[in-house]
Amino acid sequence: MKIAVCLRRVPDTTSKIVIGAGGTAIDEAGLKFVPNPYDEYALEAAIALKDTVAGGETTVIAFGGDSVQETLRTALAMGIDRAIQLQGTPSADGLANAHVLADQLKDGGFDLVLFGKLAVDDYGQQTGAMVAELLGLPCATAITSLEIAAGKATVAREVEGGVEHAGCALPAVFTCDKGLNTPRLPSLKGIMAAKKKPFDIVPVTTPSGKVQIVSLALPPERAAGRIVGEGAAAVPVLLQLLTTEAKVL
Amino acid sequence: MAGSAGYTAVDFYDIDSLLSEEERAVRDTVRQWVDDQLIPVIGDCYIEGRFPKQLIPGMAELGLFGANLPEEYGCAGLNNVAYGLIMQELERGDSGIRSFASVQGALVMYPIYAFGSDAQKAYWLPRLAAGTEIGCFGLTEPDYGSNPAGMITTARETADGWVLNGTKMWITNGSQATVSIIWAKTGEVDDTTSIRGFIVPTSTPGFSGKDQKGKLSLRASDTSELHLQDVHVPKDAMLPKSGGIKSPLMCLTQARYGIAWGAVGAAMACYDEARRYAINRVMFGKPIGQTQIQQERLANMLTEITKAQLLVLQLGRLKDLGKMTPSQVSLAKRNNVNIACESAREARRLLGANGILIEYHSMRHLANLESVYTYEGTHDMHSLILGQEITGLAAY
Repeated sequence: MKIAVCLRRVPDTTSKIVIGAGGTAIDEAGLKFVPNPYDEYALEAAIALKDTVAGGETTVIAFGGDSVQETLRTALAMGIDRAIQLQGTPSADGLANAHVLADQLKDGGFDLVLFGKLAVDDYGQQTGAMVAELLGLPCATAITSLEIAAGKATVAREVEGGVEHAGCALPAVFTCDKGLNTPRLPSLKGIMAAKKKPFDIVPVTTPSGKVQIVSLALPPERAAGRIVGEGAAAVPVLLQLLTTEAKVL
Repeated sequence: MAGSAGYTAVDFYDIDSLLSEEERAVRDTVRQWVDDQLIPVIGDCYIEGRFPKQLIPGMAELGLFGANLPEEYGCAGLNNVAYGLIMQELERGDSGIRSFASVQGALVMYPIYAFGSDAQKAYWLPRLAAGTEIGCFGLTEPDYGSNPAGMITTARETADGWVLNGTKMWITNGSQATVSIIWAKTGEVDDTTSIRGFIVPTSTPGFSGKDQKGKLSLRASDTSELHLQDVHVPKDAMLPKSGGIKSPLMCLTQARYGIAWGAVGAAMACYDEARRYAINRVMFGKPIGQTQIQQERLANMLTEITKAQLLVLQLGRLKDLGKMTPSQVSLAKRNNVNIACESAREARRLLGANGILIEYHSMRHLANLESVYTYEGTHDMHSLILGQEITGLAAY
């Protein structure tokens, strides 16, 4: 079984984000980048499946500049077999990026293509489903369980108030949610082995997109709290302010 | 805001840019493991005086034991900077856990690798790397600490092997080890050239280990006394390439190298805790970090940590080039453990009354570091080693 995982490089979620000079991108200087956390569920699912299915091969694919190479090697260190960098500049338009990925995936003979349900930097939540559509494959988003048997996949999705079970024949595309598994850490031997694994760099051209980022802004700073009194005496004031000022009661 | 939630590793001089991608990847893996596995349990382990042995399989799976030894023995084959970064991150968690890894790698696997036969290496190293065998290192004796060459443990050759007799003390992992490296004199008691290393399974009749009780430091680590009474081992238990006091001292150089890195991790943990506390703790209507006295504390800590980070990095580069000397290791161990002690003490003081709680890390590090200051060559002994290096005159 051949499994592909599409991977994004995102700023560490604990990073302090600064907007760059143009106002339409973040300043990457000094930022630590990590694999997109939801993509780690996809990577773990691929590695675990490969371990249980004979003759499996796993491929990780990332679209971006050369800085994604380190992220791809992290995936190799976790246990993915080979990496492909689609070398180019991703668009703000998810569909343009989906075209680039689909072009690479379409002749790859993959039985399973996995994504994170979203990338935590732009929260687009588009690419996985768009790639499935472009490839003409079935797709389920935000899966929290995945079982493969006899050429068919069964997945679960958390929906409002319950769990939805769905299934389809392979090949298929799934986007992965928290709860699917616990991603492993790259072992030290894995880190050393990563540099010996196949790593292809494929230059690509980004199709023109229809979305443009106009400007970025940081969320407003939270105003400082206010102490309205102490003990029981403060309760009436607090109730009044919560009703008239905060309007939460 | 107790604990290490949101731990930020201080890197004031962009030392990250001096590390390779793999070195950073190794460091990040161990840092994450410490956050996920060690930090949540270390407080209880420390209070209860218990080594978290449930973590051993995970440590082995990551490849933390003997990580700078070759892949053919099941090790990760890392360079010495990556190995040092592992020690830094483990000791960011707790000195006792770093001690465990130091002993397993530098004091048990290293002597087998350096002084062992091919058969000894092939048998023991993969098992020790996998954590299915746990090792300890028996050099120090009740009356021979800083002066290990004075040891009185003996190994007498018999027709079919060796018989060992003696007592070892302050032995990390001693009571839980499955195998020990015991250093003993095969000749007269004043013949230091007759010192040899022996691989002694702890199940051998006549071998016993018991925990030393009442420790106020390294409480999440086992420290034991070993008794060897007519312990018979076969001929091939001896490490054939060991010879003289130099052999165990070579092991200590390896371990001290790791300690010099580890101490930086403990200091970084304390600095980060103190920095966050100083910003968040309000007294007299403003954060205590806005007072000159706490700022000076933090400035001193940052300065010393940055110097210590650069010191071990260059030491590691020298080690990878084969140019590192034992006295350079002495300087780094002496300096870095000392500044870690000072950083932990100042952090604890900055934390005020909260600083005495296990919920915060600084006092645990402070108590641990007093042992680290004393073991593997006391601070004072390293002063004398450097004094001898400078003057050519031995003062011990």
